Amino acid sequence: MSKTASVHSLRTRFAVAEDLEAPAAVSVTVDGRVVEARKGELIIEAAERAGIFIPRFCYHPRMKSVGMCRMCLVEVSGPRGASLQPACFVEVADGQEVFTESDAARKAQEGVLEFLLLNHPLDCPVCDKGGECPLQDQAVSHGPGESRFVEEKRHWAKPIEIGPLVLLDRERCIQCARCTRFAEEVAGEPFIDFAERGDRIEVAIFPGEPFRSYFGGNTVQICPVGALTATPYRFKSRPWDLEQVETTCTTCSVGCRMVAQSSAGALVRYLGVDSEPVNQSWLCDRGRFGFEAVEAPERLNKPLVRSETRLVESTWNQALTAVADRILQTLDGSGPAAVGVIGGSRLANEDAYAWVRLVKGVIGTDNFDAQLGDGLPAELVASLPRATIEETVAAGTVIVLAGDLREELPVLHLRLRQAAANDGLRIIDCAPVATGLEQVATWLPYRPGEAAELARTLVATESGDRVVIVLGRPSLAEPPAEIAAAAAVFAAAWPSARFLSALRRANVHGAIDLGCAPGMLPGRVTLEEAGAFFGEHWGSVPGARGLDTAGMLAAAASGEIKMLVLLGADPLSDFPDRDLAVRALERVDFLVTVDTAPNPSSRLADVVLPAAGYAERGGSTTNLEGRVTRLAAKVMPPGVSRADWVIATELSDRLGAQLGFESLDGIWAEIEKLAPAHSGCTVEALAAPEAADGIVIPLKPSAVQLTRRPLRLDPIATPGIDSVSEQGAPLGAGAAMSPGVEPDVDVRADEDDFADDEFADEEGPGELEALEDEVSPEDVSVPVGNRRPGLVRFAPGDWTGSGSLPPVDESPFRLVVRRGLYNHGTLVQSAGSLAPLAGSQELRLSPQEMSQLGVAPGDEVRVSTPRGELVVAAVGDGGVPSGVALLQFNAVPAHETGASALIDCSVRVVGLDVEKVI
Amino acid sequence: MGHLSSDNRARAKAIVACYPQRRSALIPLCHLAQAQDGWLSEEAMEDIAGLVGCTPAEVRGTATFYDMLHTEPVGRHVVTVCTNIACMLAGAYEVLDHAEASLKISVGQTTEDGEFTLEEAECLAGCDNAPCVQVNHRFFGPLDADGFDALIEDLRSGRLADTVPPHGILSRVDRNVGLPARAHRLGTVAGKQSGAATGAVPE
Repeated sequence: MSKTASVHSLRTRFAVAEDLEAPAAVSVTVDGRVVEARKGELIIEAAERAGIFIPRFCYHPRMKSVGMCRMCLVEVSGPRGASLQPACFVEVADGQEVFTESDAARKAQEGVLEFLLLNHPLDCPVCDKGGECPLQDQAVSHGPGESRFVEEKRHWAKPIEIGPLVLLDRERCIQCARCTRFAEEVAGEPFIDFAERGDRIEVAIFPGEPFRSYFGGNTVQICPVGALTATPYRFKSRPWDLEQVETTCTTCSVGCRMVAQSSAGALVRYLGVDSEPVNQSWLCDRGRFGFEAVEAPERLNKPLVRSETRLVESTWNQALTAVADRILQTLDGSGPAAVGVIGGSRLANEDAYAWVRLVKGVIGTDNFDAQLGDGLPAELVASLPRATIEETVAAGTVIVLAGDLREELPVLHLRLRQAAANDGLRIIDCAPVATGLEQVATWLPYRPGEAAELARTLVATESGDRVVIVLGRPSLAEPPAEIAAAAAVFAAAWPSARFLSALRRANVHGAIDLGCAPGMLPGRVTLEEAGAFFGEHWGSVPGARGLDTAGMLAAAASGEIKMLVLLGADPLSDFPDRDLAVRALERVDFLVTVDTAPNPSSRLADVVLPAAGYAERGGSTTNLEGRVTRLAAKVMPPGVSRADWVIATELSDRLGAQLGFESLDGIWAEIEKLAPAHSGCTVEALAAPEAADGIVIPLKPSAVQLTRRPLRLDPIATPGIDSVSEQGAPLGAGAAMSPGVEPDVDVRADEDDFADDEFADEEGPGELEALEDEVSPEDVSVPVGNRRPGLVRFAPGDWTGSGSLPPVDESPFRLVVRRGLYNHGTLVQSAGSLAPLAGSQELRLSPQEMSQLGVAPGDEVRVSTPRGELVVAAVGDGGVPSGVALLQFNAVPAHETGASALIDCSVRVVGLDVEKVI
Repeated sequence: MGHLSSDNRARAKAIVACYPQRRSALIPLCHLAQAQDGWLSEEAMEDIAGLVGCTPAEVRGTATFYDMLHTEPVGRHVVTVCTNIACMLAGAYEVLDHAEASLKISVGQTTEDGEFTLEEAECLAGCDNAPCVQVNHRFFGPLDADGFDALIEDLRSGRLADTVPPHGILSRVDRNVGLPARAHRLGTVAGKQSGAATGAVPE
């Protein structure tokens, strides 16, 4: 079916399905029961809301109906009497009578099922889908029980590889078109389609052009039979052996809701959960198959302490004492400014808060930065007026000034792409090199380093009506100040414009919100504004603003910083300016890393502390919208690894300061009590079933619209979740934050306390209307007269950038460095299935300039900047404007020279010379 | 660049421009490529995908659906024998058996000299001339074994060259009604352009 011939827009449909309060326009009778439905709603949806399940295969609530499998045939009354109609394709009409279990309907359903099974191999005992298979289940519930077909079934070679992680068994396929529709409608990458017809029909790729999609795993998730299987899960488990918890993916900052499933104590599968405001059931392949990194054999499992020249296994006591002694020694000798902490976006919110309190409240240094020079200034991110993803896809115009979203925040890309392709969202993509949004957006190329100039042009030509700006880093070779300046131009010209941050690290927004940034304290407040408040509660706060990562590395390289702690950070791989990172880590006297797996930076460390990884600890995480969702622990951390907050608490003990943290809930209660942005977002509120999709902070004074999940998820939409929940562990709305610990109900903000707070009027603590009954106000222990500080406010004037245009270029090319989804970072490389997908390094140039240089595609060229040089294969790319050259970040293993060797993070434009290697 | 010749590429672009949506031109372009090569090669499908803005997998999906589009090489003449009921009663299987024996190929195969590909078809809508045979979509019949031999001989010798163009060419006369003005500039259109048909053409 053609793209425009949609029966109804997806977005409208979901609004219909969700908005149950609105007056019903149509009344239909389903199996004798009167069902109120909205005009335009499909029979299958109306019946489902009324608790009547109509069998189905091809229907999927997140895609257009095709009426392909005919399984949902029901008897529908009409002017000429009752007739059989597909319930997924017929809209409700007033007075309509529907019979889902009449003799005729039953016979039709049995007939369809008999047909669907004609060529199905019935190899359930060796099929991964066995036990969670809609075909299996509905053959029992709606099938004839016996087949009359005695002829030979069709045979195919099987399985065949259609993509790097997806295998196809054509014998099992029932041609429901879920995978092909997903590829076309949702992902916009129709590299699979039906070929041939009749009894020879098959899902097929074009020869030599595999289904190389970042979203291919979703087709496996929604396949209603065992035709599509994912290589990482094949033959790993049976659904009745699985346990699952609902949690949030922290591979990037989109924060997709998903279930983590384990078998025999090991993670084996992640499946996307249909979270209306965020991922709508989809995941990217990096997130979906990232569980392999958690289970990687190279995970750290014991503390390591350097003895002479090598790291040797040690005990927590020895390792923590070594770190604490060194901190005290450094404080005595050089003062708190000689200590720096880099990282924090890997951590859960509670972990981040514990570390902030340790670093800023106990050690007393403000040198703490969760970003590795690849983000934006924390004050900017914390202060920009924010939009949610829902608001972004519903905006009048979306301006994207960020890296390639498909590579960095894949599911956000999916939401934007769908909104543009299916609902006509207007997207202006400001990028020095074309991005994955090219087909649905208007691309406005800008010269690297001139983002603010482009912004000035845009505000002069665009009306700015209902604009949302997706703000990230279009190029790592362009300093963040230029992007901040562009944001300021937009904000100054369009006061109603809102921003969606596109910083990509897992919980970077939570870390920034909780103060893992220089000059910031928990709750989106500045050190300047909130220092006194936190000083009173914590005992002390740093006296002066500290350094960001670039500043800390420079200070370490010059010997001013004597001790560095890397909290899940790997500057050698991830900091854009590798030369600086090398000099810093080699020079610094004492290096501590707290991480889940060894990485190039940890190999230089003096002490390595093993941290519990994803799905091994609870807590909460904050996504790019500011949405706080809960993480769940499913498996045990390896060896003696500990949760990061426990490490911080223990370390603090050894420094003579009791943080008093005993549980994650206790830490969250303190965050809720002290951090202004988190006010009102209580442990109970987060744990409520209505908050399964999270709570966006800061709470607004008006009623918070929480998404209500349908009572029962469509069992056929994502078969793997419902069947596990029925057969194994039931799936709660969210798993316990810390099993066995009762929420601490003593600390809760009383609304009255903030009634006269200057902040309460505007953006201060609101209330969760849906939760009103459960959240009973109690006394708060915030001292009288010590009001919470106000959130950091956005002042466009603070972000001016360098103002003028860059001087005339000395080099023929300007360097653009972007991230790819699959790279040589630790996560991808320790996930066995993903590691081979990291491409090789190549320089992308416009095809015209390739020929001007006399370089054929694949030829090696020597590229050089004032900082360094490397030899790399050149490739022509029509999406690269002339005068620009594109390199991927982390495209080579850390010991090889990559793009980070070329970047000087202190200059506005990195000039690049390219010459052919002869 | 691309698999289509420059003339055909220009014509393809003119055809694409006839439709409000580019991919509506998919099947006309498949016929165009088949007219050029006699069959639809992978290279041609990739080329078409680029012209109509879809993926090669989608072109192949559509092309393999239709029997008139051949995604494997075929002979210069594709001989299609109808064996549906009217032709069957009139002796179609005898004609088909004879055809396999005389051409020394089975249904679906092509003669070594690349002249003939033999196909069996359901109803070709030529029941009044049963048993009927199509050669490159031109009708012949009623035929018996001798008539079939005579037809093959006429095709082989070129006596029917005026009636039966090489496989893939649906019409020797380009039908240009409705093609936009751009096609005129390219000099490929002889007739007058229909204003009504071009009214909705973008670009």
